[in-house]
Amino acid sequence: MKTEGQVLVLEFPLEHYRFETAGEASSKIKQVVRQLGVNAQTARRISVCAYEAELNAIIHAYGGFMRVRVFPDRTELEVTDEGPGIPDIAAAMREGFSTAPDIIRELGFGAGMGLPNMARSADEFEIKSSKEAGTWIHMLVRH
Amino acid sequence: MDPHVSSSLKAGAPVEKYYHSVRLLAERCIGCVSCARHCPTEAIRVRGGKARITESRCIDCGECIRYCPNHAKTAVTDTLADLKQYRYNIALAAPSLYAQFDKKISVSSILMGLRRLGFDKVGEVARGAEIATAALREHLRTAGIKRPVISSACPASVRLILVKFPELIEYLSPVDAPVEIAARLARVEVSRETGMNPESIGVWFITPCPAKMTAVLEPIGVVKSELTGTISMASIYGELLKAISNNNEEKAVGSLASSEGVGWALAGGEAAGLEDIKVLVAQGIRNVSNVLEQVAVGKLNDVDFIECLSCVGGCIGGPLTASNRFVAENSLKQRLKAMRANEAQIPAEPIAVDQVKLALHQGRVIEPRPALKLDDDIVVAMHKIELIDDTLKRLPGLDCGSCGSPTCRALAEDIVQGTASETDCVFRLREMVRDLAEEMVNLSAKLPPSLTKEAVHRDFKDPERQGRTMEEPKSTKRSDEL
Repeated sequence: MKTEGQVLVLEFPLEHYRFETAGEASSKIKQVVRQLGVNAQTARRISVCAYEAELNAIIHAYGGFMRVRVFPDRTELEVTDEGPGIPDIAAAMREGFSTAPDIIRELGFGAGMGLPNMARSADEFEIKSSKEAGTWIHMLVRH
Repeated sequence: MDPHVSSSLKAGAPVEKYYHSVRLLAERCIGCVSCARHCPTEAIRVRGGKARITESRCIDCGECIRYCPNHAKTAVTDTLADLKQYRYNIALAAPSLYAQFDKKISVSSILMGLRRLGFDKVGEVARGAEIATAALREHLRTAGIKRPVISSACPASVRLILVKFPELIEYLSPVDAPVEIAARLARVEVSRETGMNPESIGVWFITPCPAKMTAVLEPIGVVKSELTGTISMASIYGELLKAISNNNEEKAVGSLASSEGVGWALAGGEAAGLEDIKVLVAQGIRNVSNVLEQVAVGKLNDVDFIECLSCVGGCIGGPLTASNRFVAENSLKQRLKAMRANEAQIPAEPIAVDQVKLALHQGRVIEPRPALKLDDDIVVAMHKIELIDDTLKRLPGLDCGSCGSPTCRALAEDIVQGTASETDCVFRLREMVRDLAEEMVNLSAKLPPSLTKEAVHRDFKDPERQGRTMEEPKSTKRSDEL
């Protein structure tokens, strides 16, 4: 965690199948933005974005990396992975669409709400994905 | 000022923004950190050898009362002497009070015993619980409400949301706590019977927890509590035992509440009266906190209702109860079993529809408590966060609490906020003393210029002597260590 001018940067490596760590990054992020004085509802939206990204990286992407930059007026989250990519982004954005394996669903995850939740919680949501480069997601939440 | 605030016990209370019933008896506090380490909101710091409560963070759950080995934490509640201030006094018995007694002692006997302690009338909170269940059922049928609905019956859990999860305020059930409903019923009934002004009637709750006391003096979601005050269950238990007659006194009191209402004293009791929906029961304030954390990230969106109970076991596990929680649980379960067997033969009285409406407060506004913000200027706050992170890296991470802050992280925050110092950590202090000692040894090897000059001269001229001068301080150091 470091400040670069008026930006606070938090970085989190996300590990594949490490379910016991799921939620740690998002809860840390929520605590930080709340301590910065970001209102509770906005802090919640930021943490939902982070939580879904954490889970995606853990379930699908063989791990990844999340970089959160908190500006005085907004928070930006950038998630990258070197996973298999999402073949059909439009389908993945539909609520309930899931490619999670059964073993994940048995654990209560993989309900097909990840990307839709992110898009709903963020003010701006951008996603790029390919088989070669993996997936890149950028989310912006205004304070 | 409310008449009940002027009671003698509370007169010495410091004027703070928030009222709290949980207090410190400074003369008993030895400055150990048990309470600070067990506080679920990290509201306690030990400073100057005494525990101090941060008012804005305290939720009056009473965990500190439970864990203090010196009984230095206490809850300010009213006493039987306070009844004198009112012409007419009503006692409200919680179902958890019944659990303090063996099932052989009938509810009527317990209520009659209470009357003998100086009350003109007794009422059952379980009656209020029946109405609260009906109101909750109605609320859960409402379309478009935020789910999961979070129970608002446990005042410590509600305050935890205000302090730690303000984003979940809109999920709180809009149903009055059973004790408020029971108080409203009793006040109206007595006023009707006697023609007295409702304000001149004292309505007292016999409470298993300090949070209920706070809920009376500083209600959440309602302008004013229907209660006059609360009296700790443990404080009157001895007298009540003596006042209860050995011969069971049936029919001495009015109609008795059903098992549905009485069941509220146990964890899961509130949820038991609900239709077939997805319900979670979280008990123990730390478990409540964990479940709320999951609600906050949207993980429990498929759940309809969450019963949150600050105490493990439910209200029977309250810090102001008298009986062992496990014994109480068994007694109440047996009592409930007998009640259900009876109820199977007699149809239950229907719940008053107007009371159900009165118990629902749709659209009420509840203010969160700003307890986390580090600074009003967000950029300053960012630097503080960075500083906290750096400070934390230097701390041992043992969360021993010796510094008086509950965790290393809390100490790092306190240091950055200027309320603690890095030397408060015994491990950091040790490191600093060691560094200082090394520095002193290094300094002691230095010689004044008048002598150094010669030494340098010698060193350069005579390699043999240089070897000796290098050895000498080393050997001294070794003998020091030995």
